[in-house]
Formats: sequence, C-alpha cells, structure tokens
Amino acid sequence: MRPGHNSKRFSWLTIYAVGYMLFLYAPVILLPLFAFNSSTIIAFPLSGFTTEWFTVLLNNAALGESVENSLIVAVSTAILSTLLGACAARASARYRFPGQRGMIAFIMLPLVLPEIIVAVALLVLLMQLGLSLSLWTVIGGHTLICVPYSIAILSSAFHGLDRSLEEASFDLGETSWGTFKRVTFPLVLPGVISSLLICFTISLDEFIIAFFLTGTDATLPVYIWSQLRFPTKLPSIMALGTILLALSVILLILAEWFRQRSAKRQGVEASAAGGFL
Amino acid sequence: MQDKPIIELRDVIKRFGSVQALNGINATIREGEFFSLLGPSGCGKTTLLRMIAGFEDPTDGAIVIDGKSMQGIPANRRPTNMVFQSYAIFPHLSVAENVAYGLKKKKLSKAEIAAEVDKALSMVDLAGYGRRAAHELSGGQRQRVALARALVMRPKVVLLDEPLSALDKKLREQMQVELRQLQQSIGITFILVTHDQEEALIMSDRIAVMFEGNIAQIDTPEGLYRRPVSKRVASFIGVMNFLDATATGQDGTGLSLDIPALGKVTVPPSHVPEGMAAASVQSIGVRPEMLTILFDGKDKAESETTGKVTGTSYYGDMTYYTVALNGVGAPVTVSMRNTAGRSVLPVGSPVRVGWGAESIVLFE
Repeated sequence: MRPGHNSKRFSWLTIYAVGYMLFLYAPVILLPLFAFNSSTIIAFPLSGFTTEWFTVLLNNAALGESVENSLIVAVSTAILSTLLGACAARASARYRFPGQRGMIAFIMLPLVLPEIIVAVALLVLLMQLGLSLSLWTVIGGHTLICVPYSIAILSSAFHGLDRSLEEASFDLGETSWGTFKRVTFPLVLPGVISSLLICFTISLDEFIIAFFLTGTDATLPVYIWSQLRFPTKLPSIMALGTILLALSVILLILAEWFRQRSAKRQGVEASAAGGFL
Repeated sequence: MQDKPIIELRDVIKRFGSVQALNGINATIREGEFFSLLGPSGCGKTTLLRMIAGFEDPTDGAIVIDGKSMQGIPANRRPTNMVFQSYAIFPHLSVAENVAYGLKKKKLSKAEIAAEVDKALSMVDLAGYGRRAAHELSGGQRQRVALARALVMRPKVVLLDEPLSALDKKLREQMQVELRQLQQSIGITFILVTHDQEEALIMSDRIAVMFEGNIAQIDTPEGLYRRPVSKRVASFIGVMNFLDATATGQDGTGLSLDIPALGKVTVPPSHVPEGMAAASVQSIGVRPEMLTILFDGKDKAESETTGKVTGTSYYGDMTYYTVALNGVGAPVTVSMRNTAGRSVLPVGSPVRVGWGAESIVLFE
C-alpha cells in the first residue's frame, strides 16, 4: 500500500462525513435560529433577537390543549404498545407454537404498510362500526403502528435473557409472579424503557393517522399543520419546534444514560444490550 | 442411616411429541450419597434431572422424593435445589443477594438471613465476597455462588447439571475434589449429571450409565470399571480391549475359554456374571493396565503370549503401546508405568505380554 493513499482517502471521507452531517442537521439548526429572530418573515438576513414568540406560545390556549391531547395520546400509546409488545416478544422468545412465524409476521406488517392506507382503512372501519372519533381512536391507531417497534426492541431483550435464570428463581421457591417481579422485569427493564420512549416519540409526532382519526381534539402535529395557513403564526411555530427539539434531545440522552448504567450494573457490554443510540 | 432411599424413580417415561426420551427408568437413590447420571449427550440424563427438579413432567411413572410422590408438585415446592450448567447467577444482584434470594420466601429476620448467607458463603470458601457484583466473579467463583445459593436452602437433594463443564481443566479437577469433600462433610444427597466418565468415577458413590433413554448399569465406580455388564458400558468407561473368544466348557472350576489372541484359560466362577450361559459368551474384555509387557527374561506373569509393538503414545508417567497379539485380530492397547530404568520400546519390537484369568471380563 502507498503511504499517501490512506490519508488521501481519509480526507475525502472527512469531507463526505461533514457534508452529510450538514445535510442532516442544517435544517434543524434553522429552527432555533428563526425562533429567536424578531422579524415575522422567515427569511435571511436575521433582523434581531427576541423571545416574543415564546411568550405568544404561552398565551395560546388552543396550543395548550393540543399539547395536553398529544401527551395523553403519546403516554397511553407508549404504555399500551409496550405492554402488548412485551407479551408478544416474550411469547416469541420463550415458546414454540404452530403458526408462530406467520403470526409474528402479521403483527410486524404495519411497520412497512403505508400509513395513509392504515389511516383510511381504520377510518372506514370506525365509520362502519358507528364509533365516533376521539382521542381513543387516535390511541388505537398509534398503538397499531407502535407495537411492531416495541416487539423489535423487546425481542432482543427477551432473547438475551437466559432461561435458566427464571428456572433458578422458580427452583429457589419463588412463584411465577415473584420470578417476573424479581428477575425477569429488572433484567428487561432497559428494553422496556427504550420501547416506552420510542413509542412515545413516534406517537408524539405522528400526523397522518392522527389527522384522519382525531375528532374535535387536535393533537400537536395536527394543530401545527392547521396553523401553517397563517403566515403570522410561523415564528411561534418555530419556537414550538425549538422546544420540542430540546425536549427530545434531553429525553434521548436521559434514556441512553439510564440504559448504559443498568447494562453496566449487569456486567453486559452496553452495545450488546439492545440500545437504539 | 445410609441405606434409606431419598429418591425413587418408578417406570419413569418421558416423550417429547413422538420422540421417546426416557423408556421406563427405575432407580433408587439413597440418602446422603453422591449419585451420578453418566452418558453421552442425548441419552436423557438432563431430562431425568429436570424431571426430579420439577421443570418437566414425566409422561408416565412416578418420582418419589423422601417418601412423597412429586406428581403435580411444581419446582418451587420441591425439596430439591439445582446448580445450573450456566450457573444462572442473577446478574442484577450482588453475591449476598443471590445467595439470600430463596431465603426471602422463608420467614426469617434480616439478621438470620445475613447469618445464613455468611455461613453458606464460607462453606464454599467465598467468605467476604458478599458485596461483590455478579459480573466481578470468575467462572469458579460463580460456580461456588450457585452452590451456596442451593445449599443455603437446606434441600434434601442438590441437583447438579454439568456444573464443571465450563471450567478449564486444572480448575475442574480442583473443583471435583472440593465438591466431593463438601458433599461428604454436609451429608446432603447430590445428583450429578455429566458426560465425563472420569469426573463421574472421581466424585460418585454410585453411577447410573445411560444410553438412549435407558439405564444400562447402576454400580459403584469400581464395580462399573471392573465389571461392566455390556461392551457399550465397558467402552464408555475408560479404555477396554475386546477380543474374540469361544467357550469350551463350564464346570465347578469355572468357565473355560479359547481366546485366539491370548490362549486357553479358565475364568473362576466368581468372575462369571450370574445367569451367564457358557454358550452365550461371544467375546472378552481386558483393560490396558491388566496386560503387562514383560521387559526382560526374568519378568513373570500368570500367563503370557507374544506380540509385536505397532505404535506408542508417551504420556510422561505412562506409555500406551499398541501391540498385535500372536498376529490375531486387531492390535490391543497395553499401558505401562514409566518406572526408573524402563525406556520406551521402539515400534516393531517383539514383546512378551503377560495377563491373568481374573482380569478377563466376559461379554455376551
């Protein structure tokens, strides 16, 4: 190998990597930039610093309501999907039953199904059943698309669990419920937290299903979309985006920190414990 | 009392779907003995152990522990505790919490639990390790924690599922001796599952040799080695030379044989298995150490034959020779201690091989 060859390739790779990161994150960086810009028009050059748009947000009752709706939906979806996902993941990891592969494949299908199709199908079904649209129908739709993610995350957690640990607990006089509480749950907890977090995030920013299935109570993405029609509202939408961005980053860092800590306590390589970061 | 039965297995049958894993196992394990289930992988020994523990239900037959049928009694209510092959140390708990795990279900005070845990840990030579995390332990230490966790429950029977197979050779040999000594000092019945015949011989009071879901023989280590009931058992335990033989008669002095490779011999009645008819003898077995190479003209044996060295394996303390006897049949293995002044014979050397009638095992 020629000595210069390696460094040359390395420099091209660096340029590519930097370009790639810019492409990924430049639009995101525009968000806080315009959120603190004093002009109502979203364009360069920047005119001055202000926190006015954040004050506008605070005094917006409709926004407050949509945030509340979104939190209700996202938290319910996260809990429901993780619960259902945990049951399916454990069953697929622990037992062998007829039709198992087909069944798991069917549960995972919404992962690749176009969301618009799921949304329309659900809307038609609900109409046929004569059910009225509410936050509950949104929760149902979100759970449907979140369960596959939850199963994917929790499967690795349950597959990594040595079966003899549960047998040892049982052998030492513990009941099935006690074994779950004292052995199984603490060991899959990092996976459970990952699943809760991913499902929460997916549900929080999901638009299509929420748009179709929501009744009078708009979720946050639906509210934001409805506000885009008014150009004067744009800067405050930027401010809202900035807050959401900061929150998600903090949330993800917290979750990863927690996962690594618990993996370290168990003596497992953090990377082998099924992390998503 | 040593002869009181602690576990009785009566016609235990286990089927997995259409596969018959165990075909009617009958055995009695006595209180306080070290009992081994020995066999190649897939012989059903682990299934049998798991059924005693309560992780599997027998398809048919009965398992009786300490006089009580275990029918319908789950693992968490049986007087048995298991040391798993993977040790199954709870990774999120410390050593002391692991050992105390089962005690939480018993109604003991915190101080009593701590005392029990300390006692169990010092029993397995791990005093002072209580606060360590599970992942800070070596393989041998994990094995000891698993043992302490089982012993602290004061079970009637400790079940060990290939507990030493994950350890390196030196540590394994050390643990074999330690486990045996521990078992003898506390007097609890141990049942060991292993595929390692040497391990079973070193540790056990009695061994059940299993093949394909059946027990082929239950005996003491010495009985198993000296009087195997079949060629299969004989070749599974140690090395055995098999030679063709035909019976020429049977009377009060014993059973007369013509062994082409060795010569004519009369096996004394005490060495003929009960109920074995002379006509059914097809072959004989003789262990490598029961054959002797007679090094100089003065060496004498009860009987002798001649042969030629066709190969040697040097083990330091021993040399294993392969010797073609009288030019008949396959060569046999002869083991000789490398005592002072005795050098390894080169391949091709003609040798005299000594043997005795009492070393001969008869096979049908």
